[in-house]
Amino acid sequence: MISKFFIVLWLSIATSFAAIDTYEFKDGDKQQRFQQLTADLRCPKCQNQNIADSNAAIAQDLRQKIYNMLEKDQSDDQIVDYMVARYGDFVLYEPRFDAKNSVLWLAPLILLILGLGLVVYLSRKRSQDTDSTELILDQQQEKSLAKLLKQGKK
Amino acid sequence: MHNRLLLFIPLILFSLLSLFLWKGLSLDPKLLPSALIGKSFPDFKESALLDAKRELNQDDLKGQPVLVNVWATWCPSCRQEHEQLLHIAKSGKIGIIGLNYKDDRAAATQWLQTLGNPYQFTIFDESGMLGLDLGVYGAPETYLLDATGKIRHRHIGVVTEESWQEMQAIIKSWEQVSDQ
Amino acid sequence: MIPELGEFALILALCFSGVLAVIPLYGAATLNVLWMNYAKPLAAAQFTFIAISFVCLGYAFAQDDFSVQYVANHSNSLLPLQFKLSAVWGGHEGSLLLWALILSGWTLAVSLFSRNLPLDILARVLGVMGIIATGFISFLLWTSSPFLRYLPRFPQEGADLNPLLQDFGLIVHPPMLYMGYVGFSVAFSFAIAALLSGRLDASWARWSRPWTNIAWAFLGAGITLGSWWAYYELGWGGWWFWDPVENASLMPWLVGTALLHSLAVTEKRGVFKSWTLLLAIFAFSLSLLGTFLVRSGVLTSVHAFASDPERGLFILILLLLTIGGSLTLYAFKAPNVKSESRFGWLSREMMLLVNNVFLTVMAVTVLLGTLYPLLIDALGAGKISVGPPYFNALFVPIMGLMSIAMGVSIAARWRQTKLDVIKQNLLIPAIVSIIFGLIFPFIYGDGFNFKVTFGMTVSLWVLATVFSEFKAKFRNAPNIMTKITQLPASYYGMMLAHIGVAVMAIGITIVSMYSEERDMRMAIGDSIELSGYQFTFKGTLPIKGPNFTADQGTLVVSYEGETVAILHPEKRHYTAKRSMMTEASIDAGLFRDLYVALGEPLADGAWAVRVHFKPFVRWIWLGGLLMALGGIITVFDKRYRAAKPANLEVKHA
Repeated sequence: MISKFFIVLWLSIATSFAAIDTYEFKDGDKQQRFQQLTADLRCPKCQNQNIADSNAAIAQDLRQKIYNMLEKDQSDDQIVDYMVARYGDFVLYEPRFDAKNSVLWLAPLILLILGLGLVVYLSRKRSQDTDSTELILDQQQEKSLAKLLKQGKK
Repeated sequence: MHNRLLLFIPLILFSLLSLFLWKGLSLDPKLLPSALIGKSFPDFKESALLDAKRELNQDDLKGQPVLVNVWATWCPSCRQEHEQLLHIAKSGKIGIIGLNYKDDRAAATQWLQTLGNPYQFTIFDESGMLGLDLGVYGAPETYLLDATGKIRHRHIGVVTEESWQEMQAIIKSWEQVSDQ
Repeated sequence: MIPELGEFALILALCFSGVLAVIPLYGAATLNVLWMNYAKPLAAAQFTFIAISFVCLGYAFAQDDFSVQYVANHSNSLLPLQFKLSAVWGGHEGSLLLWALILSGWTLAVSLFSRNLPLDILARVLGVMGIIATGFISFLLWTSSPFLRYLPRFPQEGADLNPLLQDFGLIVHPPMLYMGYVGFSVAFSFAIAALLSGRLDASWARWSRPWTNIAWAFLGAGITLGSWWAYYELGWGGWWFWDPVENASLMPWLVGTALLHSLAVTEKRGVFKSWTLLLAIFAFSLSLLGTFLVRSGVLTSVHAFASDPERGLFILILLLLTIGGSLTLYAFKAPNVKSESRFGWLSREMMLLVNNVFLTVMAVTVLLGTLYPLLIDALGAGKISVGPPYFNALFVPIMGLMSIAMGVSIAARWRQTKLDVIKQNLLIPAIVSIIFGLIFPFIYGDGFNFKVTFGMTVSLWVLATVFSEFKAKFRNAPNIMTKITQLPASYYGMMLAHIGVAVMAIGITIVSMYSEERDMRMAIGDSIELSGYQFTFKGTLPIKGPNFTADQGTLVVSYEGETVAILHPEKRHYTAKRSMMTEASIDAGLFRDLYVALGEPLADGAWAVRVHFKPFVRWIWLGGLLMALGGIITVFDKRYRAAKPANLEVKHA
């Protein structure tokens, strides 16, 4: 059973690469937009591929649809909304900035500020402690120190 | 002492993470819920599979709760669930409407003639554009519509006895609501 | 019979690792020399039996023993021998066995190369590695044995290895990667040993450094190889997709980079001990987390092994015990000493701390982005995806900022740096890099581009500061040649690695902004122009390979009238799996790649063809290799080879 699963899995991977269509755009700008849109939209069925690179039937259909919509002069936002209306936020590789994704977008920046702030705080503390540094050794370190000093004397 | 407590933060964060990872083991990342739950079945204009001259549209799905089953002859799992679909159709509890997705008319007709036809009628979506509007990403899929033609539930994959029970439970919950 | 021997060897290995996990640690706690001395032979025994097991599996592959399930699922009699052997790690069970083999290899290496390590530390380090090995071998035996059989009726022929894996990349990439992943277990074990023994002085940092640097170098090389392999194998010209499995390898590398810098500070100056310990625990924890993500099925990825939740649960328990245990130990025993050494705000210590903050935030960003869809789903808030647009938007700017800090760090001295020194060493690099960054898009491209300027300025800043610092070393030197030989290996390694970062950054900047790509229908004789290169399609011919048939296309590429390359992309049909695969053809160059792949055949001998112009893409992997090389060079530093046996008075049994 598991082995069959393996085979199906490997097969599905093997046949889903290098999808090359022959959509001709007269407008170079539309060509760029097509490449960008298909790169940033996720194939609903595949194992984490965008619709530009997948050979799955649904990916081909979606590329065809995007081509048609671009030729009808629809905007990028309209195309993306169309996809999301049918497949949900799952197809967006760039997560929307809404309430539930706010942590995702803001946490790194906040962490960076906190981290650098911590460094600044530590550096201030250290320059304050310049006069009152004490070396605190615990029992173990006292013993090792005594030993080292004894060895040094030899 | 205050510093010692700070040292516990990594452990606490890791514990939280493990909780999510454990929960994640029981989830399937590949299962996509339908984006159209609560919305009406998309409008379309297609012919029926067995009668090319008959024009179908969204209204043909209204009036009573139905199942819309997306299938194709190139889909091996569809063959697997066919028996179950015939069983459901025979039970008379709910009607099934077929959506023949990106298929060949002759092959599909042959299929139904050989294996039996559980569908009241079948929409012939040769181009797959209705499927796209529906958010279909791979056959088989089965949609549960209420009497007003709104999509209330989507089942991905083969329809089994369990999924049928699940759908019956949902239908029952509507009847209870309307009885109140 | 051989597969059963393999299984039995694994069971024996488990016994040895189980003993290794207990006895030496207990011996170290009670200072029992006899019990501590068991560690070395146990490590050797553990390695021997896992190696035997591994050889048995390799033998089964070489002999086309399709009664073994794992062999039948991943091999085929027509598969060339080198792929039959590398198919050993082409699937979940075999790659786990490779993991275990490499782990036991590192354990053996630590036991052999630690003459100047006190016995109780060595015992503890090997003991902790034994605990990890016990976990993994148990996992193998309980849920993922590669030696299961199809009996009594077994297939006459195997299902073949995935065509995408039938490549040189499979031979090198996983072993390199695992050497790195697993290698961080050594630093981890040293950290745990230090926490257990309470011996938290700077010596554990000195012992850990060479092991950490080698592991880091291997992981970096493994990631670089993976990127290169994906580029030429997958047919779409990409080199990084921020796929969960790719991220799983990048996170330990980022934390590992922070770790090796932090170890330097702890060794030299005795500060940041708690941070360094934590980083050592995190680096290996991320390796383990990566193992979980890739094999449990919680995330979708093209790279992921097929999985079932039972395996996922086992690994999760392993994670809980290892990471949870180590973090608990850390919380109770990490040093709480407030201030030990003084350093100013513009010191190397401070700058390295700043850089580690950057690296840690980068690692956390990648972790957050990778796990966020899972978090949202687990909270019942729907299904979302996080992909390249997110990672690129956040990761790249942080890396840019870090690179700026890198330049300052190189010029900073230990304890404190005078502001004048900084100005003297950094002014010219700053000016040079800004001017270069501003001019570059005009020379190379067609006009101003902020991203290009930022990328090139930052890259050149790193290069210029490295050279400025190097030059400064000779300012007071009487003799240049003696000075060159006097500078320690670790210094050269550091320089090379930093140069590698700049080289990689240049490659990334240019290839991201100046690539060109076209997908189109090409009939025989059709021509397309891309960045000055003319690609002419000459049609296809049928050819035959060892286990496939193919259509081989010919494209002639010319530049300014002269033929520069003849490319032969193939569309292969593998007989065993009945699957199609496209094999791209690349004309590689230091400053540009010309890349062609075939799509589907169209009417009248025409084909769908993808053509790429990829400038400076090789610099990305060159940078990665320089970094890895730099890491390896540091290990040859004299101070790691001076053997001064520790005089520890221990109670005799």
